Amino acid sequence: MTCLLLAQFSDRAHFLTAARRMHDAGHRLRDAFTPFPVEEILDLLPQHRSHSRVVMFVAGIGMAAIAYGLEYFSAVTNYPYNSGGRPLDAWPAFMLVPFATGILVAAVAGFTTLLVETGLPRLHHPLFAVDGFERASQDHFILAIEAPPIGEGKHRVVGMLRDIGAARIQEIER
Amino acid sequence: MTMVAVAGREGASEVERWTLPSARDFETVNALIAAPLLERGSWSWRVWWTAFVVSVALTTVFLIMIFMVFTRGIGIWGVNTTVVWGFAIADYVWWIGIGNAGTLISAMLLLMRQKWRASTNRFAEAMTLFAATIAGIFPIIHMGRPLYWYWLTPYPNTMHLWPQWRSALIWDFWAILSYILFSILFWYVGLIPDFATMRDRARTKAPRAIYGALALGWRGAAQHWYVYERLHIALACLGVPLVVSLHSVVGMDFAASLMPGWQETIFPPYFVVGAMYSGFAMVVCLAALVRWGFRMESLITVAHFDVIAKVMLTAAIVMGVSYATEWFNAWYGGDPTDRKLVAFEFTGAYAPMFWTMLACNVAIPQAFWFSAVRQRISAVFLISVLINIGMWFERILIIWNTLSHDYTPSMWRLFIPTFWDWVTTFGSLGLFAVMYLVFVRLIPVVSMHEVRRLIAEERSS
Repeated sequence: MTCLLLAQFSDRAHFLTAARRMHDAGHRLRDAFTPFPVEEILDLLPQHRSHSRVVMFVAGIGMAAIAYGLEYFSAVTNYPYNSGGRPLDAWPAFMLVPFATGILVAAVAGFTTLLVETGLPRLHHPLFAVDGFERASQDHFILAIEAPPIGEGKHRVVGMLRDIGAARIQEIER
Repeated sequence: MTMVAVAGREGASEVERWTLPSARDFETVNALIAAPLLERGSWSWRVWWTAFVVSVALTTVFLIMIFMVFTRGIGIWGVNTTVVWGFAIADYVWWIGIGNAGTLISAMLLLMRQKWRASTNRFAEAMTLFAATIAGIFPIIHMGRPLYWYWLTPYPNTMHLWPQWRSALIWDFWAILSYILFSILFWYVGLIPDFATMRDRARTKAPRAIYGALALGWRGAAQHWYVYERLHIALACLGVPLVVSLHSVVGMDFAASLMPGWQETIFPPYFVVGAMYSGFAMVVCLAALVRWGFRMESLITVAHFDVIAKVMLTAAIVMGVSYATEWFNAWYGGDPTDRKLVAFEFTGAYAPMFWTMLACNVAIPQAFWFSAVRQRISAVFLISVLINIGMWFERILIIWNTLSHDYTPSMWRLFIPTFWDWVTTFGSLGLFAVMYLVFVRLIPVVSMHEVRRLIAEERSS
């Protein structure tokens, strides 16, 4: 069982200082909860990855190919229709539908990836039960730090966080 | 006066211009945006209710119009065998134009790192969504046989028929459909973190449950923000070409024909600029109303109106050059039909509307050269209303002039609008107003997380 310290800061600068000092002191930062994206924190946290753009690219190109294939099949193979001697495979005129539907499907794929990579929707999470966690979506910055479960080590970490300006420190077990 | 002073202050940093000092605190921003939705009792909704009742009345008339069109046919409008397109198609082009600006503001400004989008993108995107939805109604009711609208879609059928993929009208269907669904997604993704804020601020059960469900359990974790940011920018990259293609296709509905005045290769870009122009004008109107109605003076500042006025000034010049290019081409091309059409535009039956259009779209917006005009919200609002009227005239005249003045003089006829034509236009405004009023009452009108980020950058700068 790991002991997790949740340190709340009302200021981004203090929050970042705390994160850097904890990281330098060899404590493992588990996660950070912020009211808006704080890019600087990402380097201090475990690796973050997102494959959304690759997925979107593949899905978009795939949909565009399907759309073009449908146009080709219907206009050239299944129901060839000679309109003033124009080519049956009128590729410039066929471009719009693959383009528009490709973008739409890429967007849907991107959104699906967001859900998969963030684990959402997840309406209940143990963190929601932590007092003050609701401030993370409003005006507080919360740092989740793995701490030694007992003894002096933990007290030192708590003291350090207080010195930096943590408004509130809570301990949860995971 | 203070706000004007702040906006024009020498040496004010890029960020400082977009919020007033009274709103440079996270909690103040959250309270300012969330309070009208969560603490409704402490707000007076009298103006809202008045506007709502009027808009519902207009919407009802609009629905009656649709019923009449479906039961009696499009003959209730002023369309005739010569002028086969009328208000419905002009309204369609006008609304889809307005439907462009939200995504343009949001996506293009995001990619260009324009920080001022933070407090305007939400209500501009909502405008896009509602305007594009309304625009989608018009081609269907104008079909004459709306029950066959699904023939636009490719599906295996006993007649072995397929859509004509070479037709600009088929492109229209796919472009609008993709655009509306894309806009919903783009809008919703941007809303998720704000729904989480609403969930966490709600003190009563129902709002907490509803906003909580919409927030999908968003916790603002580092991974959440990381994936969100990457997706949001990728969507913006996709949104810009989509929005440009959408109105280009509307332009091609006209440009792909053989009618005099409808053969211009300039139409696609000219329609896109026109769309952006009328969309920005509508954004100004909505920004002024939201600012006044929700006391957002500290978040939607004079600097916002100033910068949008500059965009509109640029668009006014491009529009002027586009009109002039059309006239020049008609003269230089030497085709008598085209030349007569231009003469008809300036001196024919619709000339008063044409001159009004030129005044509203090209001449009057030149006032934006002066910072005193750009920084007076009432002036920017008034000119924006005129631009919207001018752009509507442009849409109707593109249709009327060409169709009324065909190659064969024996075919020449005018369009006389009927009662139902006016209902079509004003009723759609009512429907838009209903959707917008519902939106401002249920969803945060300004993006809270983006404004929080903006003020954090302002603090650290």
